Amino acid sequence: MLEKISVKDLKFFYGANLALKGINIPLYANKVTAFIGPSGCGKSTLLRVLNRMYDLYPGQHAEGEVNFDGRNILNPGEDLNLLRARIGMVFQKPTPFPMTIYDNIAFGLKLYENLSKSELDGRVEDSLKRAALWSEVKDKLGANGLSLSGGQQQRLCIARTVAIKPEVILFDEPCSALDPISTAKIEELIDELKTEYTIAIVTHNMQQAARVSEYTAFMYLGELVEFDETSKIFTTPSDQRTQDYITGRFG
Amino acid sequence: MASYASRRRNSTIVMGLCLAATGIGVVWLFLILFSLLVNGIPGLTLAVFTEMTPPPGEHGGGLLNAIFGSVLMTVLGVGIGAPIGILAGTYLAEYGRHSKLTPVIRFINDILLSAPSIIIGLFVYGAVVVPMRSFSAVAGSIALAVIVIPVVVRTTEDMLLLVPNTLREAASALGLPRSFVIRRVAYRAARAGLITGVLLAVARVGGETAPLLFTVLSNQFWSANLLKPMANLPVTINNFINNPDANWKQLAWTGALLITVAVLSLNITARIFGASKDGR
Repeated sequence: MLEKISVKDLKFFYGANLALKGINIPLYANKVTAFIGPSGCGKSTLLRVLNRMYDLYPGQHAEGEVNFDGRNILNPGEDLNLLRARIGMVFQKPTPFPMTIYDNIAFGLKLYENLSKSELDGRVEDSLKRAALWSEVKDKLGANGLSLSGGQQQRLCIARTVAIKPEVILFDEPCSALDPISTAKIEELIDELKTEYTIAIVTHNMQQAARVSEYTAFMYLGELVEFDETSKIFTTPSDQRTQDYITGRFG
Repeated sequence: MASYASRRRNSTIVMGLCLAATGIGVVWLFLILFSLLVNGIPGLTLAVFTEMTPPPGEHGGGLLNAIFGSVLMTVLGVGIGAPIGILAGTYLAEYGRHSKLTPVIRFINDILLSAPSIIIGLFVYGAVVVPMRSFSAVAGSIALAVIVIPVVVRTTEDMLLLVPNTLREAASALGLPRSFVIRRVAYRAARAGLITGVLLAVARVGGETAPLLFTVLSNQFWSANLLKPMANLPVTINNFINNPDANWKQLAWTGALLITVAVLSLNITARIFGASKDGR
């Protein structure tokens, strides 16, 4: 199976504090990989290495390799803006920009592609359709993105990410601020998106991991304890700690 | 329950003291406004806005040249100072947030913020007026700009720091370059606050007298020459009120009323603007 991203012996430091202690994991193309584990285990940190989000802050650095289509993106010369356009990210809290729904999506697009007004309109519509938001907002594209409900805002953020045609989408607890109905919509969406994108999702909700992913990684204290097919992790895990975690005995 | 009764009594006493303190503060404000209105309104005629300052001993005349000078120099001062302040504030809040230099700059800016304006006037006198060998509107505008800069630096930094980092991360995650994230996302999220800061700076310099005294002086006549002394409301008020001429005294009161109303309405506008800061 094609490894879209392969992480090799990845160590991550917050200052002198070692947060990831040598991680090896593949992200298979067009599959959903879920990351579970108790708070502070490093799963969000790992996600933030994959698009080098940590570079925004001083004192954080990574060692090892993160090969994306065979090229190590931890190289100092990596163009971070291009990288992030190819590896999109959806955050825990919905973060629409303080502008119209239309501009929320068009804004990133305009920077990368020289599109005519009608092409731009088409891309905005297409992205909103992919994010299952079009029918709800098609009559108010000029309304402020902040005027939408939480679940709609999160789908707007997904539409915004999808619009610039990334190859990988990273979801960092995308449903933790949403109600069950919105959560179900986002999960459906992730299921549809995987046909075109490689997806990684961090979640605290084990049912969610079981529902949306093909592969699951269980992390604990900065280490990858177990990585396997989701069905295997949730039925016959090979590590006792995984067993304890998924049965709710700790974490 | 004795302690409950005594706590209630203490609470009432402290509340009374607080109310009294607030009352004392507000009473002076209203007394000032009242005396300005009483003394200023009788002189408030159309001529004030259409005629030049009169020579001593004559009737009539207005404040047109002074109003023009004040507006022009305020616009120039804010025009020079606000962009510098916004850029510096942006550096502190965005690019230099984790730099060791930032707390030092912030500290110096705070000192500048509370520097007496007469010192700034003297500084510009030495730095601009003496080398140019003339009092001038340019020097006055520079003095006002020096007062504007720290105000705008402070508000810009504060407002940008209020923009949540999650928004910057979200924009960066789309692959947007840093400058784009700041200009198109952070500025937009902080827009109401940034404008409020500039309006407050305008209000601050609108009534400044001391720095103008040393830099533009004043002018009895109409002048739009930036390199020459120019009439302006604060210095004109200062000159006219200290003169026994009744006509001048009246114009001084009216000028003071105009400045106060202008500054007050700017402040109120800034508050209203700041209150509707969600940008929706």
